[in-house]
Amino acid sequence: MSVMNKSAKKDTSPILSVRDLKVHFPIPSKGLFAPDRQLKAVDGVNFDLYPGETLGVVGESGCGKSTLGRAILQLIPPTDGQVAWLGKNIVGAPHRDMQPLRRDLQIIFQDPLASLNPRMTIGEIIAEPLVTHKPELGKEEIKARVKRMMARVGLLPQMINRYPHEFSGGQCQRIGIARAMILEPKLIVCDEPVSALDVSIQAQIVNLLQELQREFDLSLIFISHDLSIVRHICHRIMVLYLGNVAELADRDSIYAAPRHPYTKALISAVPIPDPEIERNKERIVLTGDLPSPLSPPSGCVFRTRCPFAKDKCVQEPPVLERVSDSQEVACHFHDSI
Amino acid sequence: MMNKSEKTALLQSAGAAEEIEGRSLWRDARIRLFRNKAAVGSMIILGIITLLAIFAPLLSPYAYDQIDWSYIQEGPNWENGHIFGTDGNGRDLFIRVLYGARVSLAVGLLATTVSLIIGVTYGAVAGYFGGKIDSIMMRFVDVLYSLPFMFFVIMLMVVFGRNIFLIFVALGAVEWLTMARIVRGQTLSLRRREFIEAAHATGVSNFKIIFRHIIPNVLGPVIVYMTLTIPQVILTESFLSFLGLGVQEPLTSWGVLISEGAKVIEASTWMLIYPAVFLALTLFCFNFIGDGLRDALDPKDR
Amino acid sequence: MTTNHILTVENLTTRFQTPDGEVEAVNNVNFHIDPGETLGVVGESGSGKTQIFLSLMGLLAKNGASTGSVRYKDKEILNLQPRELNKIRGVSMSMIFQDPMTSLNPFLKISRQMTEVLVEHRGMSESDALARAISMLDRVGIPGAAQRVHMYPHEFSGGMRQRVMIAMALLCDPEVLIADEPTTALDVTVQAQILDLLRDLQTDFNTATVMITHDLGVVAGLCDRVMVMYGGRVVETGSVRDIYYDSHHPYTEGLLKSMPRIDRADEESLFAIPGQPPNLQNLPKGCAYQERCEYVFDRCCAERPLLREFGNGRASACFREDDK
Repeated sequence: MSVMNKSAKKDTSPILSVRDLKVHFPIPSKGLFAPDRQLKAVDGVNFDLYPGETLGVVGESGCGKSTLGRAILQLIPPTDGQVAWLGKNIVGAPHRDMQPLRRDLQIIFQDPLASLNPRMTIGEIIAEPLVTHKPELGKEEIKARVKRMMARVGLLPQMINRYPHEFSGGQCQRIGIARAMILEPKLIVCDEPVSALDVSIQAQIVNLLQELQREFDLSLIFISHDLSIVRHICHRIMVLYLGNVAELADRDSIYAAPRHPYTKALISAVPIPDPEIERNKERIVLTGDLPSPLSPPSGCVFRTRCPFAKDKCVQEPPVLERVSDSQEVACHFHDSI
Repeated sequence: MMNKSEKTALLQSAGAAEEIEGRSLWRDARIRLFRNKAAVGSMIILGIITLLAIFAPLLSPYAYDQIDWSYIQEGPNWENGHIFGTDGNGRDLFIRVLYGARVSLAVGLLATTVSLIIGVTYGAVAGYFGGKIDSIMMRFVDVLYSLPFMFFVIMLMVVFGRNIFLIFVALGAVEWLTMARIVRGQTLSLRRREFIEAAHATGVSNFKIIFRHIIPNVLGPVIVYMTLTIPQVILTESFLSFLGLGVQEPLTSWGVLISEGAKVIEASTWMLIYPAVFLALTLFCFNFIGDGLRDALDPKDR
Repeated sequence: MTTNHILTVENLTTRFQTPDGEVEAVNNVNFHIDPGETLGVVGESGSGKTQIFLSLMGLLAKNGASTGSVRYKDKEILNLQPRELNKIRGVSMSMIFQDPMTSLNPFLKISRQMTEVLVEHRGMSESDALARAISMLDRVGIPGAAQRVHMYPHEFSGGMRQRVMIAMALLCDPEVLIADEPTTALDVTVQAQILDLLRDLQTDFNTATVMITHDLGVVAGLCDRVMVMYGGRVVETGSVRDIYYDSHHPYTEGLLKSMPRIDRADEESLFAIPGQPPNLQNLPKGCAYQERCEYVFDRCCAERPLLREFGNGRASACFREDDK
């Protein structure tokens, strides 16, 4: 039986709609009179997210995926654009309005130990969201819920009084997941949740996230640089490059028939644990280095490394176009490549 | 990965199994501290001095302001109970040294506690909110820092008279500034850590984040600074008393005793030696404990 | 007795003294490397894969000590005095690390750091050394090598810095190159460039290479033989095809099964090895893998399985071999 919810919930409306989201950071300029430079971490991202769906956000350093995740949750204030949660725009919402929404919007971090307060017991850490949003609950009830959640994520409930440094990386990540899940949110942003873990533990955590998604009908935004894991867990995938969306497609389409040259290069670059296949596969190796987000190339930001770049790419930035039911690409020449 | 039946069993045992005691970082630090012999020795000595100070009246047949007309400015004498001798007014030096301990330790601890409470809160708030609030708050600290301390104290003394509580206030008012700076620096670096972001994402109020997440994690350097502040405060108080600005007669402090003793150093050396030794010993002890705490709380060891 | 192995390691054990007791990071490791071959050393945290090579390069932390034998050609090099070891380190055996930023001196220009090695070890003149440095930078794909050689490390990007490291490591034509997770910190497209470079250099220079990594994909593309480590011990060795298509040790099997594949659409949930990586301070009696193994039986908990050869350069440390 398939563990993936078929993302055929397109007939329902999206729970999250992001339109033209921009996050620019002013960098103080070097000279006394020169204007501040802008670091365009996220520069115009559009997508929708449906209930029960996992959207993968992939890209390399400087693509803005982590910033995007935080901007959606309003942990970093967006510079421009709209984020509609359950139909209402939350960009610029005052603290008082955001507060109740936070029960449904949660985040899991890349560094499992750093995301836990070293001076609190894991029981207190997991209970904190409950204490914040349901102050009417008594201590016994809170403890019972914490223990249930600990068991659900695979932690021994009797460890409730232990401190984070007494656990391994994988267990710390489970604690983080328990904390994120305790209020039964609707959306969890997972910021590289398994990158810092040992390979043999990554699979455990990925499986756990999938189980929780099925059980609680969660939507996940899964940020990662690991395309193999993303293929396994995500329904749709968005590829970012220097703050722009290169391609957004459902899983099968993007891996079988990627349209954007960057997506093709990215997929071909991932080493496959199979000597015959890996040594004989066709490689698309990009030239040059990632440009600095402080001075992104004009027109299409990918043109400096693209093997197919033409004049038009220098002049005009490509727009994200829908090329099929399940695929959108931002490239002037996606047809001919 | 566990299968379903294992999970159910786990859930059922969730209530039944005994909770395991956690090993907090404070406990680890305490263990490391107690391995440090100099620190432990210092704690014992300070403990003894504190006990002597508390039980002072029981330890001598004389009161601290009682004049023994038969034994004025005479050296140590075990037979008549003046084990440290007497001062120029015939008062027993032993009990006066112990009363001096009361004043010095009280001033040291209280002033430092006041500075701790004000400084930590101020610094954490400034560091946490950053931006304009931080700028204004820290500029205020800078201004206060540049005011000459002695003038401030003298003004207080002139206006309100020589009052021991004023000394606490004056000293606390100066020490909190450095504490605020230290805590602000620590808070700034802590603010970007993921567990603070997680608290934001959960919707925890700013107040709770400062008191639940930030302050417990800056306490390490704060505690170390505290143990190093106490000797500074005691020394300052002694200095003020030496200058005649400290406690009022007949109450005494080590600074007053040292001041009196210094005047007759050649003729009545005991009047200088005993209070000076107690003062020096106390200062050493606090410094060794402070060093021990710094090593014990050093997160590098984790 | 001469062998044709270029590096032979026998009974290597490395212990660290920590405040919480003694930790055996490497336990009785035996292997060899032949000229021109690429050996992949695979393992997760606590496997000891890096400590083996830090031991033989004399780069252990102060609280670590090694016993056993390491022979470079016929010369014993384990625990050699630094002065003697320096004749080999950087000259016949080079090492490159995961984070090039910390391996390069930020205060010295690249030219200085590279020519230093040549002048010291090869007795070259400054100008000859500079020319060789530039040609090596060129060889590793640094554009504008003649100008860039005079820059500082922070002026290079991550991928470029790693190329500089590789260039520096190859300056003296070493016979052994040890690469410790050289691409782990790099973006995947940059990693592809560096792996391509390493493949190229393999054919051109014929240097024996050790590739220490946790990434089974990298090993599949680059290595001739593979050594799998767990809990400070070698658990399986074999040619790259043997390891991937016919693994014997349960850990190797488990690792391969649990890797999500970019070229396959798995509908089932991922196979996950249960349990945690080993705690080196608290290894169980018997096989270090017992708590996670799906084939475990009584003998595994009582006795530690030794690495047993079963022909063709293959070996596995598992009692199941006895039954095969």
